[in-house]
Amino acid sequence: MNLDATETQPLGKAIKRKEDPRFIRGQGRYLDDIVLPKMLYMAMVRSPYAHARIKSIRVEDAYLVEGVKAVLTGEDLASMNLAWMPTLAGDQQMVLATGKVLLQYQEVAAIVAETRESAEDAASKVQVEYEPLTPVMDPFFALSAEAPVLREDREQKNNHIFHWEVGDHEETDAALAASAIVVKEQIRMPRVHPAPLEPCGCVADYQKSTGKLIWYVTSQAPHAHRTVLSMVSGLPEHMIHVISPDIGGGFGNKVPVYPGYVCAVVMSMQLGRPVKWVETRTENVATTNFARDYHMTAEIGATEDGRVTALKVSTIADHGAFDAAADPSKFPAGLFSIVTGSYRFPVAFAEVDGVYTNKAPGGVAYRCSFRVTEASFLIERVMNTLAYRLNLDPVELRRRNFIGVDDFPYQSPLGWTYDSGDYEKTLNTALDMIDYRGLRSEQQKRREQGELVGIGVSTFTEIVGAGPSHTFDILGIKMFDSCEIRIHPTGKAIARLGARHQGQGHETTFAQLIAQELGLSAADVLIEEGDTDTAPYGLGTYASRSTPTAGGAAALAARRVRNKAQQIAAHLLEVSPEDVQWDGSRFSAKGLSSRNVSMADVALAAYTNLPKGMEPGLEATYYYDPPNLTFPNGAYIAVVSIDRETGQVHVERFVAVDDCGTVINPMVVDGQIHGGLTEGFGIAFMQEIAFDADGNNLAPNFMDYLVPTAVETPRWETGRTVTPSPHHPIGAKGVGESPNVGSPAAFVNAVVDALSPYGVTNLEIPLFPWKIWEVLKQHGLTES
Amino acid sequence: MFPNPFQYYAPQSLDEIFQILDKYGDEAKILAGGQSLLPMMKLRLAAPSVLIDVNGISQWANVNAQDQSLQIGALMRHRDWEHALDSRVPLLHSTAVHIADPLVRNRGTMAGSLAHADPAADWGAALLALKASVAIQSAHRLREVPLREFFVDTFTTVLEPQELLTEIRIPLPQNDAFVGARYFKLERKVGDFAVVGVAVTVVLNPEGVVTDAGIGLAAVGATPLAAVNAESLLRGQRLTLDLVQEAASEAAKESDPITDRRGSEDYKRAMVNVFVKRGLTAVHKDWQLQMDISA
Ligand SMILES: Cc1cc2nc3c(=O)[nH]c(=O)nc-3n(C[C@H](O)[C@H](O)[C@H](O)COP(=O)(O)OP(=O)(O)OC[C@H]3O[C@@H](n4cnc5c(N)ncnc54)[C@H](O)[C@@H]3O)c2cc1C
Repeated sequence: MNLDATETQPLGKAIKRKEDPRFIRGQGRYLDDIVLPKMLYMAMVRSPYAHARIKSIRVEDAYLVEGVKAVLTGEDLASMNLAWMPTLAGDQQMVLATGKVLLQYQEVAAIVAETRESAEDAASKVQVEYEPLTPVMDPFFALSAEAPVLREDREQKNNHIFHWEVGDHEETDAALAASAIVVKEQIRMPRVHPAPLEPCGCVADYQKSTGKLIWYVTSQAPHAHRTVLSMVSGLPEHMIHVISPDIGGGFGNKVPVYPGYVCAVVMSMQLGRPVKWVETRTENVATTNFARDYHMTAEIGATEDGRVTALKVSTIADHGAFDAAADPSKFPAGLFSIVTGSYRFPVAFAEVDGVYTNKAPGGVAYRCSFRVTEASFLIERVMNTLAYRLNLDPVELRRRNFIGVDDFPYQSPLGWTYDSGDYEKTLNTALDMIDYRGLRSEQQKRREQGELVGIGVSTFTEIVGAGPSHTFDILGIKMFDSCEIRIHPTGKAIARLGARHQGQGHETTFAQLIAQELGLSAADVLIEEGDTDTAPYGLGTYASRSTPTAGGAAALAARRVRNKAQQIAAHLLEVSPEDVQWDGSRFSAKGLSSRNVSMADVALAAYTNLPKGMEPGLEATYYYDPPNLTFPNGAYIAVVSIDRETGQVHVERFVAVDDCGTVINPMVVDGQIHGGLTEGFGIAFMQEIAFDADGNNLAPNFMDYLVPTAVETPRWETGRTVTPSPHHPIGAKGVGESPNVGSPAAFVNAVVDALSPYGVTNLEIPLFPWKIWEVLKQHGLTES
Repeated sequence: MFPNPFQYYAPQSLDEIFQILDKYGDEAKILAGGQSLLPMMKLRLAAPSVLIDVNGISQWANVNAQDQSLQIGALMRHRDWEHALDSRVPLLHSTAVHIADPLVRNRGTMAGSLAHADPAADWGAALLALKASVAIQSAHRLREVPLREFFVDTFTTVLEPQELLTEIRIPLPQNDAFVGARYFKLERKVGDFAVVGVAVTVVLNPEGVVTDAGIGLAAVGATPLAAVNAESLLRGQRLTLDLVQEAASEAAKESDPITDRRGSEDYKRAMVNVFVKRGLTAVHKDWQLQMDISA
């Protein structure tokens, strides 16, 4: 039963999403819906080559197209010192190419015209002469001495970006050497793209008369984007007004600043007119930040009876032509150090080497808190291999190694303090839901009849909510978040947060959270995000951080409001503030509950009838610097069967039990889980941005980059356990990303399990039917 | 995602079309459902300077059954078969539901699909299996070409620039014959073009002897293909397990796929085998069911 937003005490209730009526009716206002007077349109000229020297660019013919206002090249930008821009990862990225192009579809020139059509016509008239160079598509080749140096702008004359390591190398090696059992597996997470349905875009509206730039942009982090733009452009920060309108999905893709944004701003400033730029699908999928592309090798040591002794991981990370990851500054490999997962590893060591290739830059945290999906996939896959090696049920292996409920707060060997969890309970819930025992015996029966049936388990731990200021910053800015609440005289509230939702449901969930604290209904609280002139500063929405950070701020801002409200209530009730009690919806005089006032009564008094000397108004702001991250966990179980003749995998069941601490709205949580599982399904079975040897992108559109639809998506069965975070103001953890983080391993483990009787322990994703068929054929299984 | 500029004509008669074609020659392109042409124009892979929108030719929006053949006007859409099952040609319905998505099916035409000659087109395989022919007309002549002589190469047919495809003709079986058919399509997700498509249509007499068989293949050659050797193995025979298997492996031999991201040559060939086998088996089951009911 889904309730209306008028419910009081709404926390934990399945309240219908307040934003849905406008989205469902097509009445959202997205970036491309914005049309300003005298607006111009921008189109990009892009490179057909992955690696080539630019010999000349001739723009004259473009000016012959009617309506063309300006053509911008890299040389033009270079004269303004804007040909390159900083990335969030501390590298630099070309805005428009000068000298060389480093990826197919790279931005080479920008055209601004009266209509989008003429801009595109003119773009096709720009003549660029290229001298093709050898493209470097393989990250391992990129590291070899024969590979051409891609980034001539760097002093370092090779394609190595960074080396990062964590843990104790020597102790880990020693522990592995001393282990009775060691399994080693190579696990690749191929390059994928977050592929939000709405591509990226912006409208830059520079008003010469006031000197103010209004910048509408598809941004998951509008405040951070304003700061970056101010640093890049030299415009004073208060003269930049960033508005992030309704966003049609982000998934990390809308965190970075893109070349098109910078060009649109430059053009608007030059021409004094608004300039709109909206990507095509191909521009989005082929040039904006990708995700993953991690080539990992892992070794796990264990005792004969299945206790893990050590974990060692080394990884080559293909970052494409520019390191444009949006990781926190101190974490070039994100939070990959969560790789020890849910298990008590006494020692561990992980290292990552970043590499340049001729591909789109990145990698962003695609629905994961910075490389957490890679880490989780790796450990859940290799634990699976260990289970086969030990001839142990994968569930039993996990139980033997779980961090116990009494171990929290748990200090991981790679430096994290896990806040809370009850992994056994979460796992048991999933096992009960799916009837694991029954399932295993049914599997046995079906196997005997020649069927290929597999069961895959993933019991992952996430790390979300970056993050505490002692550890986390982006370009120096600490990763706190904020909330400002204003209660108006009739008891209705507007709350503004530094986060920016893209479909997560903040307008409902944060209204519920604040309403719960203030004795209001969610309908009484309007949530506003995404406008830098009105909302307090915050780092935005990604990495499942909104509830852990901005949500914490919202609860604490609401408590500030309530504290003041209590003073006013005391005045109204004619008792001293200590003698006022709050029952969750009303203030009453202690011991005399019939004398009571509501928050609405107090709100009116805040503007009409205050105690002497009290500052009028009822509002508060809170900047919340979380003391720690939150560590959600889950137990996912997939059941699959394989068509022997075609290699097609059918997901028969999928149970997902998540523990994200306190649940604000179970329906919204389910929605997040459904969406993320669907993405995980796509990643496991059909998605990869592959390239040919010439550097051509083989999946630059939705005909080739496959996004699952409702038709192929399995039915999801969700469940929950609730282990609150001890440090979060309402005990909540992030949840939006768990399903994307936890599910790929469950799918792959299930398919591997189906083939395990034939000695298969590892399969590389995506699990295209033809790949499975090749494996079936190798093992003589294609004939039924 | 905008095409190059073009002139647009919406003639109401064939004469008008021919006049415009005469004037512009091969600068002009026929626009039917637009579901192949417009995407290509938006990607600027095609850039005709003149578009002749034929959607106003009302006599093309009909289906007639005459002289033992079904005559399908050039403007009949994929959708028209999605929602109708003609028991004399069940393959049309079986195929239509697999083409693209409802949006494309609402606009796209069977004739446009054939004229476009994508080797992966589902209609191509199905209509080859049905031994259809097409009526082709220019200002000066009218001809009928069997579909098995129509496809020349990828995106290339025997159509001359000044010619129109006006009608598709499908021979109909005897009234009392049993016709069974299946279209099997391996796709990576719904709405995808075929990795491999297999159309099977079989006419059986009451004794269970195959009086006619058609097998069409999509996405396993430079054009849609007819598995003629497999077809002739079936004719005059009963659909035994052995025969089905023999025909399936013959069809696989007749296919000529290439290795790409959708699968290896071997894989696609094997899938032809699997789907021909499944198609014939299913048809045989249908026939048995039919016999049980009428018995
Ligand atoms: C997203 C998407 C998915 C698709 N998936 C599939 C699929 O799964 N299977 C499949 O088979 N197809 C698929 N298609 C293609 C679709 O079926 C097209 O509708 C069909 O190929 C073309 O028919 P049309 O009427 O739209 O032709 P148009 O696009 O209008 O024309 C196609 C070509 O035929 C010519 N032409 C059209 N009519 C005539 C005529 N009467 N005489 C002479 N020349 C003519 C045109 O000049 C043009 O060259 C897909 C298309 C899209 C956009």
